[in-house]
Amino acid sequence: MYPILKKEKLSDKIFLMVVKAPRVADGCLPGQFIIVKIDEEGERIPLTICDYDRAEGTITIVFQTVGASTERMAELNAGDAFADFVGPLGQPSELCIEADLEETKKKNIVFIAGGVGTAPVYPQVKWLKEHGVKTTVIIGARSKDILFYEDEMRAVADELYLATDDGSYGFHGNGCQQLQALVDEGKKFDHCVAIGPMIMMKFVCLLTKELGIPTVVSMNPIMVDGTGMCGACRLVVGDEVKFACVDGPEFDGHLVDFDQAMARAKQYKTEEGRALLKQQEGDTHHGGCGNCGGDK
Amino acid sequence: MADMMVRVPISEQDPKVRATNFEEVCLGYTEEEAVAEASRCLNCKKPMCVGGCPVSINIPAFIQEVKEGNFEKAYEIISESSALPAVCGRVCPQESQCEGKCIRGIKGEAVAIGKLERFVADWARENGIKPKNTSTPNGHKVAVIGSGPSGLTAAGDLAKAGYDVTVFEALHEMGGVLVYGIPEFRLPKEKVVKAEVENVKALGVKFEKNVIIGRSITIDELMEKEGFEAVFIGSGAGLPMFMHIPGEQANGVFSANEYLTRNNLMKAFKEGYDTPIARGKKVVVVGGGNVAMDAARTALRLGAEVHVVYRRSEAELPARAEEVHHAKEEGVIFDLLQNPVEILVNEEGSVRGCKVIKMELGEPDASGRRRPVEIPGSEYEIECDTVIMSLGTSPNPLISSTTVGLETNKKGCLIATEQGATTKDAVYAGGDAVTGAATVILAMGAGKTAAAAIDEYFKNKN
Repeated sequence: MYPILKKEKLSDKIFLMVVKAPRVADGCLPGQFIIVKIDEEGERIPLTICDYDRAEGTITIVFQTVGASTERMAELNAGDAFADFVGPLGQPSELCIEADLEETKKKNIVFIAGGVGTAPVYPQVKWLKEHGVKTTVIIGARSKDILFYEDEMRAVADELYLATDDGSYGFHGNGCQQLQALVDEGKKFDHCVAIGPMIMMKFVCLLTKELGIPTVVSMNPIMVDGTGMCGACRLVVGDEVKFACVDGPEFDGHLVDFDQAMARAKQYKTEEGRALLKQQEGDTHHGGCGNCGGDK
Repeated sequence: MADMMVRVPISEQDPKVRATNFEEVCLGYTEEEAVAEASRCLNCKKPMCVGGCPVSINIPAFIQEVKEGNFEKAYEIISESSALPAVCGRVCPQESQCEGKCIRGIKGEAVAIGKLERFVADWARENGIKPKNTSTPNGHKVAVIGSGPSGLTAAGDLAKAGYDVTVFEALHEMGGVLVYGIPEFRLPKEKVVKAEVENVKALGVKFEKNVIIGRSITIDELMEKEGFEAVFIGSGAGLPMFMHIPGEQANGVFSANEYLTRNNLMKAFKEGYDTPIARGKKVVVVGGGNVAMDAARTALRLGAEVHVVYRRSEAELPARAEEVHHAKEEGVIFDLLQNPVEILVNEEGSVRGCKVIKMELGEPDASGRRRPVEIPGSEYEIECDTVIMSLGTSPNPLISSTTVGLETNKKGCLIATEQGATTKDAVYAGGDAVTGAATVILAMGAGKTAAAAIDEYFKNKN
């Protein structure tokens, strides 16, 4: 079992947990992910690593409730434990490779985090800070109440910009518009990392392609085993089919077929919605929820 | 007097009934039936069957004990050679191994060696009999990567030789392909697989799950930091292959690995589990191997009309005859000498059909089988909502790419000698990671050979 040492509610639907998993903490690097399973009946849920502490043997994860399994996960508290917690999975971020540090230092790097995407951006920015690399970070969110990790990010980013769609905090607009505004001010970037909802990454990539800024995205497709066995996470990148779990999760954003990836992400929407509804309704659930919009 | 030329028949669930449940198809012999079948064994002086068994079970000896009703003694004899008799009795291709060599089979039906092995293993389990480890610990630590058939066999044999063995498994349950790949109706997970893993544990083997070698820890780190003096890699087959035809990324196209893993390991078919699975109405399974049969029969049980599309004819189907026979009995439809050329996709990005082309058999190819050739202009559409690709796998590079000095061949499989020695000192390998996708018993044979080679390695070292 993998004990939960800390739980924090970051917003209405976003939660943070610190989990004891020494083997994962010992070997992980920024950009990698884990798979967590609540109990015997739970799904295998892939989540990016938000932070790690090798000395304590802990991993910090951040997740948003989107389906039956994540709803159940949100009910757990410090003192509870996960049945399974495996990782690190996937390739580390290409910016966080010690051997390439000199090259990385020459780059003007901008990170754009959307929503829960702040979680996987944080360890990369932190690692770069620790290795003497300057970064600019934009965090975009729908509104102020779902922004999280502002203080933590401010401590590691050289410049931090906050953007909200509704203008309730920081720049009034989305992450793309904030980037455009910075470029208009004369700021120069030659490397972009965008992590967040697929639709957001798609639009960032459309913009950065226009601006001529190479862009890396972190994909989070549906997965089962996460070790390269099932092929559920396949994506079209350029002309090739790639498995996000072993080839990724990071890819060249200008080559990813986002429309296809978004269509694939909807694969189990109805099933997942039904499972969630069934769980919420308990004994009163009687099926027939195909068109009730219970899913996200 | 019963006819000695024919087998004692074995009871099976009725095809119509079993097509709607996940209970085991074959119900096994009773004690009386097992004794009667055992009495057909000629107890040959030079038993051909033993030579046909990749783990060399002393077959005539255990069958003689069954004949006498000494089932515990029969179990002890099997256990000397095999760690997983309840598994093998169910999934080995006996017809081309032990039973294929049986003298009875020349004029009549071969002795039902597999079914007798299964009977003995089941009897032992039901009577609480565990394999014994009488060895003295020698203090040497060996790591086994993967808890599938090759890993479990190597671990069991090494423990019996006195080694301190730890098995590392990437998934959350032990058994590898036995739990994620082979369906419940062929190989019950709780009753059979878990029990056999427990038997390996009873020999003193330690198990650690959720450890991905190459990520959580590397082989070099296991040897340098955790004190393992030798390693056996039984990491299995790897990444699923696809056809690279248009429409293949559509929703509703799955690899057989994904479909089976969702159902078997993640138990999507069971009430109360969170994992979703596509319960198709009409399913096309592409491929003709045992995995394709497993996927087809699983989709059938989840309520679909199922078509197996295979590019050669029935004679070339790589699946075991028994699996094909069972699939047909249950209602799986075989569309032979056909091959998909395109997956048809609707406006929502989901599968609406499959365009296939008819084939004919030409000259034999490198595999010795007649090569299928497309018949121009013969394309037609099969309406379906799910397509399951069962075309085999290619090796997972995770271990080879993270281990210093471990080499692979052109296909990406680990290079190993017949004894299982890899290109790296003290590291051995066997099973699908070396051969590419094959059978449970071949993997067990490789695990057994490598365990002996590892023992030899330590003896030469001292």
